[in-house]
Amino acid sequence: MTRHIVATVDQIPPGERMLVTIGNREIGIFNVAGEYFAVGNRCPHNGASLCKGRIVGLVEAREPGSYQFSRRGELVRCPWHGWEFDLRTGKSRCEPDRTRVRSYEAKVEPGAVLTDDTLRAETFPVSIDRQYVVVDV
Amino acid sequence: MAGNSLGTDRAKRFAGAIDCDLHPAVPGMNVLLPYLDDYWREMITVRALDRLNLSLTSYPQNAPLSCRPDWALEDGKKPGSSLKAMQEHVLDRYQSGHGILNCLYGAQVFHSEDMAAAFCRATNDWIRDEWLSRDCRLRASIVIPAHNTEMAVAEIERRADDFRFVQILMLVSGELTLGRRQNWPIYRLAERLGLPIGIHAGSAYRCAPTPVGWPSHYVEDYIAQSAAFETQLQSMIAEGVFAKFPDLKVVAIESGLTWLSGYIWRADKTWKGVRAEVPWVTKAPSEIIRSHVRFTVQPIDAADEREAIARLVDHMKSDSLFLFSTDYPHWQFDEDAALPPGLPDELFRKIVSENALATYPRLSKANQIMEIAL
Repeated sequence: MTRHIVATVDQIPPGERMLVTIGNREIGIFNVAGEYFAVGNRCPHNGASLCKGRIVGLVEAREPGSYQFSRRGELVRCPWHGWEFDLRTGKSRCEPDRTRVRSYEAKVEPGAVLTDDTLRAETFPVSIDRQYVVVDV
Repeated sequence: MAGNSLGTDRAKRFAGAIDCDLHPAVPGMNVLLPYLDDYWREMITVRALDRLNLSLTSYPQNAPLSCRPDWALEDGKKPGSSLKAMQEHVLDRYQSGHGILNCLYGAQVFHSEDMAAAFCRATNDWIRDEWLSRDCRLRASIVIPAHNTEMAVAEIERRADDFRFVQILMLVSGELTLGRRQNWPIYRLAERLGLPIGIHAGSAYRCAPTPVGWPSHYVEDYIAQSAAFETQLQSMIAEGVFAKFPDLKVVAIESGLTWLSGYIWRADKTWKGVRAEVPWVTKAPSEIIRSHVRFTVQPIDAADEREAIARLVDHMKSDSLFLFSTDYPHWQFDEDAALPPGLPDELFRKIVSENALATYPRLSKANQIMEIAL
């Protein structure tokens, strides 16, 4: 597993996402209220680009007529068939064990840490005084 | 009746069968008079109600669907109005262990809720006295005025202690989509009493029987029935009936079967896309149907019926969903074989009796209770 610097934090504001390519993988980086998540861009069902999907919250019900809304912005809906995927885990809402998209660890690291190691091999220019989104792939 | 014989081998295979769809016909309003109060007895004369046929519009006396021609009664009597004929034509012939009576009569759709309730009550009394008490193999569905929930519940409660009533009968096209919460007191009681909801083909004609308007021909109305079943199952699933009443069972009667494969595919796919709209639906519709809904097998409506059943078992991932029925005396342009030949033994046994016993808890209890009820 290698760490990759994919963006500065201000390139992906809260509620937004960015599509990056690492090697031959397309990965979607999502900012959920300041927390960053990375999932494969390709929907495991039929291959649509999840980065083009709508960001939604989690809707559950105790019983018919009850609507419990939580986890605002933590799921993405595939732009083709509407399946919801949990950005934290990559699991689909309807078939969590069978249908899931690969998820990767995404972190925010200060440039000061990153400039010290081999990550500079990335094409990304890193400066000491900025914050970066880093993904382990 | 040699010509009516099933042959020893086949008769043995069917022995003890549970026939889940038999249609006794109210021959005329006169048979209900003893069960009506003075007010309604007088109204019948004053309003000349006794001169009306009051068959359900979906099954008028001379429509092809109402009677297989070789099951017609002498003297033009209403098909299904003779217990003796029913015994000869199906009960004795198949050596059925039980037959479930689904009486389709105008009572359940009268616009006047009071009149509907009075006549449903009388119809159930008449079924009890003239059918259930005259052949111990028979069981029946409770006929209810489904468009008035309170009155429907009262009628179900009235029958609750008579275990020969094993199901609640509703029409696939009544006044409301069946999932609406207004109907829930009926489902709550059904679940508590172990009575499946039997949804039978047919319409109260409050709305056009097709979703696009009024048909001109009988054949349009007939073909549209399966679409109504699809819509009602979807309504019950989407409104959360099965989430609210986890032990409720529904039996689709005379629904046809072959539409199911296409329907579950679309229902599952669409649910995955828009499930947040109905968050109480936490399982795929096909799984909900597998747990809660059963289907009578007459008619099957397929070119090769054996193949159609095998395919449905495969698509639905269950061999527990289908229930034997002769649909006597209705005629779906089908021939004599109530089940296609060549079904695997285990599947045959399940369809002929085991699935029904698992669906209708009161079937097993009825025998011991019957003497008290009588």
